[in-house]
Amino acid sequence: MDISRYRVNIYEQQKANRRKTILVMALFALFLAFLGFGVDVFFFDVDPQSLFIGGFFPIATVTALLIGAGTSFWGLKNGDRAVLASSGASPVTDEPRFQQLRNVADEMAIASGLPRPKLYVIPDKDLNAFATGKDPEHASIAVTQGLVDRLTRDELQGVIAHEMSHIRNYDIRLMTVVAALAGAILLLSTWARYGMLFGGRGRKRRSSQRGGGGGVVALLFLVLWILGVILAPVIARVLAMAVSRQREFYADASGAELTRNPGSLAAALEKIESAADPTRSIKRGTAHMCIVDPLGRRMNLREGKVADLFATHPPIERRIRLLKAMAYEHPEVAGR
Amino acid sequence: MFSIVVAVLVGTVVLWVIVKYNNLVRFKNQATNGWKQIDVQLKRRHDLIPNLVNTVKGYMKFEQDTLEKVIQARNQAITAKGVADAAAKEDLLTGALSRLFALVENYPDLKSNQNVLQLQEELTSTENKISFARQFYNDIATKFNIAQQVFPGNIVANIFRFSPAELFEIQQPAERKVPAVNLSLKK
Repeated sequence: MDISRYRVNIYEQQKANRRKTILVMALFALFLAFLGFGVDVFFFDVDPQSLFIGGFFPIATVTALLIGAGTSFWGLKNGDRAVLASSGASPVTDEPRFQQLRNVADEMAIASGLPRPKLYVIPDKDLNAFATGKDPEHASIAVTQGLVDRLTRDELQGVIAHEMSHIRNYDIRLMTVVAALAGAILLLSTWARYGMLFGGRGRKRRSSQRGGGGGVVALLFLVLWILGVILAPVIARVLAMAVSRQREFYADASGAELTRNPGSLAAALEKIESAADPTRSIKRGTAHMCIVDPLGRRMNLREGKVADLFATHPPIERRIRLLKAMAYEHPEVAGR
Repeated sequence: MFSIVVAVLVGTVVLWVIVKYNNLVRFKNQATNGWKQIDVQLKRRHDLIPNLVNTVKGYMKFEQDTLEKVIQARNQAITAKGVADAAAKEDLLTGALSRLFALVENYPDLKSNQNVLQLQEELTSTENKISFARQFYNDIATKFNIAQQVFPGNIVANIFRFSPAELFEIQQPAERKVPAVNLSLKK
């Protein structure tokens, strides 16, 4: 285990995060363009070679990119409300039973120098939490009732600090855009699949006109494109998960910086893990936003290359180990 | 040709001074704002203490001394002027309060009293807020002070007479002292 990777200074981390963010967004855009371009070539009979001569307007490619931009924009405007509504979250009231939650959130807002996010409670017995919104001024944190009931004050503070870090690092904006782009890819690949079933004619006509060397390239591209369309949902998820996992470690670390008490978040994660029932009220599309995977998938508990690829979150045990290492409780650090 | 070079140089220097000055002003405002955050929480604590004392004094007849010390420390803290003075007096208040909370543990009636529990939670939270706000303020004040002291920024700071921000420091010797830890297993 490499602890040092997660203990470099905060500005380096933020810079590295920004680089990765741009890379992932570029991959999403490329993939969208790839899906659209295939439609252009195979259904609208556009010759790829004329791309460099002019007179070629890749209408499907442009449409695909526009849909991506459109869903991202919509997500930034309404994504938080949609996510909160779909998980049945209701705003936290002034009742005494939420006193501690409100206080802890106030404390973390002060520690991070940000306005206090709106607070929501999800009527669910399981333990989970997520943050959403487009920037720190328009952010919300939702926690399950189980979390409020079962965590101690310090543990609750650790969890809220983790969510507050997602807000401070603009992870909430990134995750909203990633969710929207993944949605756009799903939508487009579904359209493309229907297109393949009902609209094979244009493809045949063109291949009979051309043939020869160009035909092989076209065929290869066709195979790649069909594979892309079929695998789109999986690829979109792998990309989304990659972004999400990266951010969890970082939010753990910078959350610990807010509370100056990594042990409290480690204790909270241990409690959450031992109660790992699926959080039923949180939908699959929101999984990557939560502090732990709400679907209770075994992947997040396991380590390994394949599990790593599909999990929304790093294995909880590894997160706990890293947090304890930060608290100098870990044998590797203490030299025991 | 020469005049163009001079003009460019002078322009660059003026731009640089403007940027540095604006940076200093930004830091100063952030530090002022950070101090206000602390101040808000200190006021809140001052307001909560009479409530707490009134609620518990019926139960804690034999702890008049402790209660009086809390009230005294609070009244002193209200009159504090400036960052350093406030820091010292608030530390005394923190000490008095923690002794009171330790005593509350001895009274089962108090420990289960909903009112006391709520007040205790509020005071704990206020205490936390003060220390987080202090952390935040000290971070910013340190950045502000460094920006004033490093070369060549110190020239700009001197010209416009910026003065370093006071840090909110723990002054009470008791809080600085390393706590005595007894690891023996005897009960």
